[in-house]
Amino acid sequence: MRDWPLYEIFIRSKNGLNHKHVGSLHASDPQMAIQNARDVYTRRNEGVSIWVVEANHITASNPDDAEVLFDPATDKIYRHPTFYELPEALKHM
Amino acid sequence: MSTHSLEDRFQHLIDHEEKIEARDWMPDAYRKTLIRQISQHAHSEVVGMLPESNWITRAPSLKRKLALLAKVQDEGGHGLYLYSATETLGISRDELIEQLLTGKAKYSSIFNYPTLSWADIGAIGWLVDGAAIMNQVALCRTSYGPYARAMVRICKEESFHQRQGYDILLTMSKGSDEQKEMVQDAVNRWWWPSLMMFGPNDEASPNSAQSMKWKIKRLSNDELRQRFVDATVPQAEILGIQLPDPLLQYNEARGHYDFGPIDWEEFFEVVAGNGPCNKERLAARVKAHEIGAWVREAATAYAEKQKNKIISTVSVA
Ligand SMILES: [Fe+2]
Ligand SMILES: [Fe+2]
Repeated sequence: MRDWPLYEIFIRSKNGLNHKHVGSLHASDPQMAIQNARDVYTRRNEGVSIWVVEANHITASNPDDAEVLFDPATDKIYRHPTFYELPEALKHM
Repeated sequence: MSTHSLEDRFQHLIDHEEKIEARDWMPDAYRKTLIRQISQHAHSEVVGMLPESNWITRAPSLKRKLALLAKVQDEGGHGLYLYSATETLGISRDELIEQLLTGKAKYSSIFNYPTLSWADIGAIGWLVDGAAIMNQVALCRTSYGPYARAMVRICKEESFHQRQGYDILLTMSKGSDEQKEMVQDAVNRWWWPSLMMFGPNDEASPNSAQSMKWKIKRLSNDELRQRFVDATVPQAEILGIQLPDPLLQYNEARGHYDFGPIDWEEFFEVVAGNGPCNKERLAARVKAHEIGAWVREAATAYAEKQKNKIISTVSVA
């Protein structure tokens, strides 16, 4: 296990859906990561496709920056359809 | 917000059922408690494979063998999910494994009991996995995101474990007198240790209050134990066996089953390392780790070689 990189595992549960993060595991190389991901994360037909990404290749936003990054979106209610009132007479839009 | 300390803010999030994620600020004691609890849980999944693997080669039919193999394989996976969750808290896998192999870390004391007959495999699935499920379902709502997600995954896989165990006992309980005796004997030996799995009584469990406040734990040891007893007694009746507790009785007023006192001396003896199989279990883990060393080395060497190949191909081009 020593020095084996950590891989993050993403599984597409069926065609038409996104790959979704399911967990992580250590492996000596990407092929082994796929093999082991198959064994631990798809034993009950949970997937049709696997992505493995070395964890240290992922750049994540800092939780301390959450306000700076995400607060500007909270007061822009005009970006949602419910902001606009429609006349009663209108049936569909 | 700025007048609040980090700790107040943290508790505020927890009180509002927000999950804490790996890179969020958390009190040191929260982190330490989680590392201890989740890694103990991981070790338990891994060591828990040993008593059952004892019977894989001697399962009475191919169907039983396949089911047992699948169950034991699941437990290995559960160990992995939980080790991964622990690693998000900033401790390495190697350190965790070392803590297990040097005996520094604890695992559930239930796995220090021997599996003497095939009926024990049934009793483990029914009672031990049953008790584990009771605990794990509650932990699906634990406040630490990676732990909660691992629990959800585990719970999805667990219910077959309990059913395959119960199915073994149900089949045997319809068999010969000798088979029925085996069932009763296994249940006699596994009942009390299963009740101990929930840990000491609430008043003897001083750290529980803080864990409940942080919502690491969602239900107390005694609440979980009571739920387990209430769920299990009717299942025992269907099997036609006697649970080994003369004081076990339905209490109309409480709406729950009363049960006799637990022998905590036995529990603490096993936790301290003096159970029937403590030494054997640890020795088996150490041996497995040692004889697997060449596989890990070979995989590392192969990965190294592949990397060098790519580099030399690139430099030629
Ligand atoms: Fe498990
Ligand atoms: Fe299980």
